[in-house]
Amino acid sequence: MNAVANRRAFLAGAGGLAIGFTLPSGGARAQASGAALAPNAFVRVGTDNSVTVVAKHVEMGQGPSTGVTTIIADEMDAAWDQMRFVFAPANDPLYKNLMFGTMGAGGSSAIKESWMQMRMAGAAARAMLVEAAARRWGVPASAMGVRNGVVSSGSHKATFGELAADAAALPVPANPTVKKPDQFVYIGKKFAKLDSRAKTDGSAMFTQDVRLPNMVHAAVRRPPAFGGTVKKVEAGAAKAIPGVIDVKPVPSGVAVYASDTWSAQRGAAALEVDWDLSKAETRSSAQMLAEYSAAVRTPGTQVETTGNAATALARAAKKIDATFYFPFLAHAPMETLDYVIEKKGDGIAVHAGSQFQVGEMRAMCGVAGVPFEKSELIQHYAGGSFGRRATPAMFDASEAAACARAYGFAAPVKVVASRENDLTGGFYRPMTVHRVQVGLDANGEVSGWDQVCAAKSIMKGTPFEAMGIKDGVDGNMIEGANDTNQYRIADFRLGQHLMETPVPVLWWRSVGHTHTAFVKETLIDELLAMAGKDPVAGRLALLKHERAAGALRKVAEISGFGKRAIAKGRALGVAVHESFDSYVAQVAEVSVGADGLPKVHKVWCTVDCGIAVNPDVVRAQMEGGIGYGLGHALYGEITLGEGGQVLESNFDTYRSLRIGEMPDVEVAIIPSAEKPSGVGEPGVPPIAPAVANAWRRLTGKAVRRLPFAHGDNA
Amino acid sequence: MAIDFQLNGKPASFAGDPETPLLWVLRDHLGLTGTKYGCGVAQCGACTVHLDGKNRRSCVTPVGTIAGKSVTTIEGVTGKTAEAVRAAWVGLDVPQCGFCQSGQGMSAIGLLTAKPKPTDDDIDHAMAGNICRCATYVRIRQAIKDAAGVKGVRA
Amino acid sequence: MSRAGMKLQLQHLGLAALAIAAVALPAAVIARQSAAPVGLQPVSAFAGIADPAARSAAIFTEMGKVLTHPRCLNCHPRTDRPRQGDAMALHNPPVVRGNAKGEGAPGLQCSTCHGPRNVAFANGTGSIPGHPLWHLAPIEMAWQGKSLREICEQLKDRRRNGGKTLAQIHEHNANDTLVGWGWNPGPGRTPAPGTQAQFGALTKAWIDTGAKCPT
Repeated sequence: MNAVANRRAFLAGAGGLAIGFTLPSGGARAQASGAALAPNAFVRVGTDNSVTVVAKHVEMGQGPSTGVTTIIADEMDAAWDQMRFVFAPANDPLYKNLMFGTMGAGGSSAIKESWMQMRMAGAAARAMLVEAAARRWGVPASAMGVRNGVVSSGSHKATFGELAADAAALPVPANPTVKKPDQFVYIGKKFAKLDSRAKTDGSAMFTQDVRLPNMVHAAVRRPPAFGGTVKKVEAGAAKAIPGVIDVKPVPSGVAVYASDTWSAQRGAAALEVDWDLSKAETRSSAQMLAEYSAAVRTPGTQVETTGNAATALARAAKKIDATFYFPFLAHAPMETLDYVIEKKGDGIAVHAGSQFQVGEMRAMCGVAGVPFEKSELIQHYAGGSFGRRATPAMFDASEAAACARAYGFAAPVKVVASRENDLTGGFYRPMTVHRVQVGLDANGEVSGWDQVCAAKSIMKGTPFEAMGIKDGVDGNMIEGANDTNQYRIADFRLGQHLMETPVPVLWWRSVGHTHTAFVKETLIDELLAMAGKDPVAGRLALLKHERAAGALRKVAEISGFGKRAIAKGRALGVAVHESFDSYVAQVAEVSVGADGLPKVHKVWCTVDCGIAVNPDVVRAQMEGGIGYGLGHALYGEITLGEGGQVLESNFDTYRSLRIGEMPDVEVAIIPSAEKPSGVGEPGVPPIAPAVANAWRRLTGKAVRRLPFAHGDNA
Repeated sequence: MAIDFQLNGKPASFAGDPETPLLWVLRDHLGLTGTKYGCGVAQCGACTVHLDGKNRRSCVTPVGTIAGKSVTTIEGVTGKTAEAVRAAWVGLDVPQCGFCQSGQGMSAIGLLTAKPKPTDDDIDHAMAGNICRCATYVRIRQAIKDAAGVKGVRA
Repeated sequence: MSRAGMKLQLQHLGLAALAIAAVALPAAVIARQSAAPVGLQPVSAFAGIADPAARSAAIFTEMGKVLTHPRCLNCHPRTDRPRQGDAMALHNPPVVRGNAKGEGAPGLQCSTCHGPRNVAFANGTGSIPGHPLWHLAPIEMAWQGKSLREICEQLKDRRRNGGKTLAQIHEHNANDTLVGWGWNPGPGRTPAPGTQAQFGALTKAWIDTGAKCPT
């Protein structure tokens, strides 16, 4: 498959659109030809018979570039091997995420938000190619067939490439007809991802791989506690390191410039900095957790209430009063955040794997003091994100631009965060505490559910505050616990405390669901056990949504839940959760590992994400979501020690899931005619509670604190 | 004094600080960027190369320690094993974000060179030093088996 | 150190139950908490013990400060997993003994990461240890979790010490450069007590006094 290569901007002649775009992989490969047909912002048909899709979402592993290419190829009836993709430039009018109003990826929205837009784009191109053939051959368009990139009628045949120039002269249809689902040729089938080869042979181009003439490498020394600032810098030792070129203050700390990354990192470590920590967070995680734990003893801002939880709890026959603790978590994408910035004409040129293309470019232009309109983003593959590259504060982009500016734009500046800066630099999944009081009546039915949550708001103080906080309630914090809650509970109350700390927090793969699903799914499992009910049948009796029930029934079926003998010393745990409009159910088979932590042998997973555009990508996202969720459930914890210093600074202490800890995964996709919904995140929420539920069955111990390695659960 | 070594079968030389890790010599000075920086402390394996045919983390390898030795990177690795690994990786669409995959592939080739028919345990042990934050491990394991032509399911 | 042990240590530091995951304390922090390198008493310090057997055992007890030090214990594991750092945490990445020589598994050998010498990290907070022959001690030479007496008996037993005579044990302790690494472990690690020369002298004195084991 030829995902095309070679960075190159060109002007599309047709449709009056002047669009520069760049090609995503390095090395010498096929050159994109001038596009003869450019009916809209997303499709380019070349005279060389290539069909190039302009992908508006960052490609950070979830496969949207293959996804949108699949949709367009399908509507066009193109041949798969003529399809390529390139990354879109920073241009909101053309490439905004329709859910956000600006370019961006997040909330597992890529396919969901662009589904109809891509279909229309492909259908328009197809209609124009067909019309061109019709005129050339004097046959009605209705008599045309299109298959594998070839338009034909009777003995007439022409490829897209042969028709492209003629088609470009035709008007672009405003409302092209899209296919009916039974006409899909690619959607719903497995097709090889377009970027697998480049990502296997080392040629895929990431920002870290960008090299420009005379480029210098910058590393930033950041304060030892959040909110600290520089008082005084002694740079002598740093400047004495061979390769170190210069040292400059920047708002986030002190930048060291060098002839290679290693020298820059050593220089940053060698700086002697006197820090002003008077406004810094100096509390430890333990102190903060104690304050959060006190907060959840009080009702908090009322988010939602149904019936009367207090009355129902008062008459309950049995009660559970549980407090749950969730730590700060770092995203730790494999490629740390990085940017290359140079002055170009009256603007800047930026190389990045940007998740908020326009927002980051505007922020960088602001820092650089140059107009956005004169500046250019050259977009590359991004080596993972899990939320980290979508920073509403545009912190990392601004820091990089500040480094380039402080250097006077005397050379292109490459800023690669060290792993230490990545892990100690904040933008964590917020530390969160939930207290839940739940009751069972004499018949074993849930009688009252009162839940209070305390965490720092992700949205507050960001450009997204108006969108994310309504009537003082942060929706991200309690998503998955509020009314979309899957279970029918007559008497329910949910409260929330917005805690304050200078520690920057951020959405982390599945955001609020990372903790709300754990609370909901472990408690419901415990309640059903107390009532002597089956975990699957008991849930089915309470579930509100048929699609959730469908996922749960299917996962019970493929895992043989309750229907087969389990090896001695093992147990199954189940969880089901809706997030990002997708329904995922998982069953985990677990034993007690040699290290006293859960050993997860196998996970069965079902997902209802509407139409699965590329089922193998959906499967891969479930596998990856399970691994990501499991690794953090077992080991993940960012800890502020005494004085507010982050104690985990690399993968030796911020332990990642490794191959020997990865369970086998079996995924079943629920057939659906609903429009596509998210897959990047929904695989994450159910795994931790599924494992915890198996753990409770194995050990009798309910899990109230993550990660398991914290030691309270063994 | 310059450090001379073989790089992907050709002579290479580095005249800077001999303490410079091979990783940064490759990436920042010689322009071979397929080998990645992920941690700098031999925890993640993204920087894996072959040193005299064996897996080696280039981030903790001062270039001064490899004088006269032979280095192979993802750009230069060839042969039947390398081809089989690449084909298996693409066939299963292993990569997600892809950033760790150069290192994963190099480690896998190193494993199969040393042990052409690995067991599941062999795979887990050999690949334990390569982190994939996207957790593509299920497919990595299967791709190594496909490349080796071995079957078998873990208990 | 066991998980429980780590926890005790944390509580001792005032970071009570809510504090830190046992696995989450970085080596650098532990290194900072470690006391300054401990010395070894010279052989002459034991001259006052009249009974040669008692003197021999006392000298071995002094040697024990080295033998039970993390620099030695970490790579004399009882399982197939070495430990690392002053906290003696399980080695991460999770490497295994591999072949009979303790060189690691095919594809992930000790030498995949450990080079011919220590290498300081660019972040300024530690180093990766190295030696040309970096490997695990054979399983029959496992010391972790054993009493000093057990280690002593084991050290003398040619079936469990790699077939070494006492003279060869002395040579090993006094001159083996991999043993000597323990006194030059690189940034971020506490060196073994004293010097290798002192350790060698103690070993010789222990042998010369009859190589008795402490009770």
